[in-house]
Formats: sequence, structure tokens, C-alpha cells
Amino acid sequence: MSYRAILIWLSLAVAGLFLASLLIGPSGIGPMEGLRALFTGEGAPGLVMRELRLPRALLGVGVGAALGLSGAAMQGFLRNPLAEPGLIGTSAGAALGAVIAIQTGLYAAFALALPFAALAGAGVAVALILALAGREGRALVLILAGIAVSALAGAATALVLNLAPSPYAAAEIVFWLMGSLADRSMTHVVLATPFLILGAVILLATGPGLDALSLGEDAAASMGVSLKRLRLQIVFGSALMVGAATAVAGAVGFVGLVVPHLLRHSLGARPSRLLPASALGGAAMLLAADIATRVIAPERDLKLGVLTAIVGAPFFLAMIRKMGRET
Amino acid sequence: MLQLENLTALRGQCPVVDTVSASIGPGELIGLIGPNGAGKTTLMRAALGLIAHQGDSSLARLDPMARARAAAWLPQAREIAWGLSVAELVALGRLPHGRDHGAQGAEAVAAALARMGLENYRARIATQLSGGEQARVLIARALAQQSPLILADEPIAGLDPAAQIETMEVFRAHADAGGAVLCSLHDLGLAARHCTRVWVMDRGRLVADGPPATVLSRALLADVFHIRAHFEDTAQGAVFQALSTLQR
Repeated sequence: MSYRAILIWLSLAVAGLFLASLLIGPSGIGPMEGLRALFTGEGAPGLVMRELRLPRALLGVGVGAALGLSGAAMQGFLRNPLAEPGLIGTSAGAALGAVIAIQTGLYAAFALALPFAALAGAGVAVALILALAGREGRALVLILAGIAVSALAGAATALVLNLAPSPYAAAEIVFWLMGSLADRSMTHVVLATPFLILGAVILLATGPGLDALSLGEDAAASMGVSLKRLRLQIVFGSALMVGAATAVAGAVGFVGLVVPHLLRHSLGARPSRLLPASALGGAAMLLAADIATRVIAPERDLKLGVLTAIVGAPFFLAMIRKMGRET
Repeated sequence: MLQLENLTALRGQCPVVDTVSASIGPGELIGLIGPNGAGKTTLMRAALGLIAHQGDSSLARLDPMARARAAAWLPQAREIAWGLSVAELVALGRLPHGRDHGAQGAEAVAAALARMGLENYRARIATQLSGGEQARVLIARALAQQSPLILADEPIAGLDPAAQIETMEVFRAHADAGGAVLCSLHDLGLAARHCTRVWVMDRGRLVADGPPATVLSRALLADVFHIRAHFEDTAQGAVFQALSTLQR
């Protein structure tokens, strides 16, 4: 299949899953009735479609694309198929911000306090990374700084949980950390969209630089690629996307890791081609996983992040096993 | 094509490249020789402006894109991160030319593949090739860049004898066509046969610069390389053979 054909198929898959996400849910609205209600906005079905399912489906696309695209960019930049978007600490930072908002009760007073706090957490993580890794640092320094910041944010999150005032607050934090798209509103969509778009624009522009980087940092620099600029693009682009995604959906793992790897087989390995394809692939995978949470256990509120990890981790193991055999 | 004036590169306080002045003109294939740690790689990286340096290099003054069109760089580490096809990898050499996916870019890639004898490798996955084949693919990438000057760091290390000679001939043809090549190497025999000029580095300094026959004197070989060698201009070209080491 040609590159263009794969992109078209992926787009169709995203469109189909988006529609399915709109039409599948516990409230028992028929497909035609649902679509009509979506356009007219009348009555209870209109409310469900416009206030619950539409934002959920839109966030599925946005969050999935964010994880897929930033995962592909991070793997290309670090030249490592095991890199994932949260590697530089942004998702851990965002999670910490959100957890603090829950702990302090800020989000009960003001609904958007949680996503704002999460974005702030991602921002602090990025600032720390750049301060730790310096301006000139190479990829390895960036990874190590990312691990340090992730560990720090993880420990702080655990501390907040440790000091939770009540079991309810602790449960709320734990559930939020599992990641979900349930009960999100259009306000969440509006909040996340500018960050997602800006991040996507930055990351999609890194294609040629990532291609050149396949030949090593020195060769890439000699071909006119500014490594310093590329590094900032990767850090800021993925921080915007992953920060916004975590802010509205919680921590959803494995999508950013697995999607680029799945596509690498059919697309060829060129990092620049993997960027748009992984954005589409990530959106498709997240929509499918979110639909699965509603189909598998409609009554139990199965968390999205739990599902992606349960499916993703065995896949990850199989991938490692295959790599072990190849070398 | 390249002017260096008092080029100096420090590692800490210690000059790894020490006030080197030299120049390269069209038609030259220059062999950069010297013992391990003499500063050959650092000299080339400083000349390209890839590392901090003092003094002046005409290449390092250019902005990165213009420099990439003026000079191609083949690092010693033959890194290929992903399973790119040979054709895709060689096409990476077209990056400094912006978005020319048109006829000119395709032509340059095809010519580079042909020059390195890789026409039948186009669809092969580069990471699955042997080390020597990968080296040839990476040289093809540098040729596809179509820059007048090529700087290559030990491009023939690890190649079989035929591939070593072929690579030197490719570089010589590039020079004969009006380009120039600066390539570091340890095989003084190949340097003597193929290079129009050799630069000898020792402890960061450029200690000799001239045609192989005059530079590779008994005294210099003893001083810099600590070897004794046989060197003769024969009907079949220069023959150089290292014979024995000398007491340091």
C-alpha cells in the first residue's frame, strides 16, 4: 500500500470510529434518532448527544492524535522505538498538577481548575527538563532529565495521595489517574484544542529534521539541521500535546508507544511519514479503546487508561521479545 | 573551497587542534593522516563548525543550510537508526536542497546509487546490509548531497580491499570533476596512491602539507608515525609499504 493510501485508510478508520463513538452509549438512543438529535439538539437525546457524546468523541480524536503524534516524534528524536511521549516528564507533571487540584478541593469550586492545574504541572516539568538538560545537551541527557523529573513528580503524587484527607479524596485521585473520557464537557474540548493544535503544528514540522537524525546527530547537523531547535520543538510540541491530553483525560498509557511501532511495519521507517500516520492511528486506537470501555462493561465505568494498559502491556512484551530475537 | 586560518579547538584547556592554517581548492583529494589522537576528526568537525573553535574556517562561517550545500560530512560512526530502504537513505542527502522532490533530486539520488554500484540495492533495508555495504550506502548519501566539497572521516575503515580502492576512486573522480575531498585515513599506501595532497597531523598540529611523494619522507615517518617504510614511484604508481616500527 502506498503512503497516501495508508493515510486515507487511517482517516476513514478515524471517521468511522468517531461516528461509532457518537452512537454507542448506555442511554439507549437509536442511531438515526441520535444523529437527528445531534443536529437539532432537541430534548433529552439532544442533550446527551451534544453535551456528553460529542465532547467525548472529539476528545478521543484529540487525545489519541496527541499521544500518537508525540510518541512518533519522541521515538524519532531519540532514535529508539521504546520511547514514549511521557518520557520527558510532561505527563507525570500534568498528573501531579491535576492531583493537587483534586486534593485542595480547588476543582470542586471551579470546574476548569483541574485541567489548568494539569497544564501548569506540564509546564513546570518542561521548565525543569530544560534547566536540567541545559540548552546544548544531547538526547541522552534529555532522557535522564526526563526520568528524574518523572520520578520526582511521581513521588510528589504519591505524597499527595498519602496525605489525602479522606478515603473519598484518595479514591477520586486514583480514579482520575487511571484516565478516562467519561463525563467531559465541550468546555474541556475548547480548553484543550488550542494546545493540541499548536503542539501538532510544531511536531509535524519536525519531519525533515527527524529524517536526517536517522544518520546520527553529527550527520544531521552537517545537513543543516539545527539540533538545538529540533530539541526545543520536540520538547515544547510534545509538552503542549501531552500536557493538554493528560489535563482532559488523565494518564492514558501505551498508545503513544504502540501506535508508531504498529505503523512502522506497513509504512516503512521514515520518521517524517510516521508523524501524520501516528496522529491518525492514535486517534483511531483511542476511539476504539474508549468505545470498548463502554461495550465491555457499560455498568462498571471501566477506565480508559486501564484498558489501554491491559491491551498495551502484553503487546509491549511481545515487541521486546521480537527485538531480542532479531539482534 | 575551504580556508582555515589559525583554527584551534580546545578540549578543556588542551588544544586538540592547534592553530591549523591550510586551504583546499577544486580538483584536490586530500588525505588527512596522522596517528590516533592526532586531532584529525576534531579538525574536520571544527572546520565544519560542528564544534566550538577559535580562528577561522570559511565553512563554519556559512549558515547551516548553505554550509550543507557547500560541504557534505561523513562521520566515522556509521549510524543508521531505522530500517530505511537504501533509496530513502540516499535521498536524505537531498534535505539541504529543500523541497526538491522533482527530477533533479531523483536524478542526483540515481547517480549517487549508480556511482557506488548500488542500483540493485534500492529497495533493500539499509540496517540489514553488511557493514561494508552500509558504508557504501552512506557514501552514496554524501554524493547525493551534490556539495562541491566532501569531508569524510575514515570512510574506508572496515571495507574490503576492492571497496577501499573503489571508494578512493569515487573520491578522485569527484575531485577530477571539479569538486574536492578531504578524507582522513590510516592506510598510507592508499593515501600515497590516490591523494593529490596529504595533510599530516601530529598532536593537534598540521606538521606537513604537500604531495605524498615529498611529504612521506623517512624523517617524517620516523618522527610522526614511528615507522620505517619502503616508498617507491613505480610504473604502476606509487607503492608504499610500512616495514617496521621504530623505538619511540
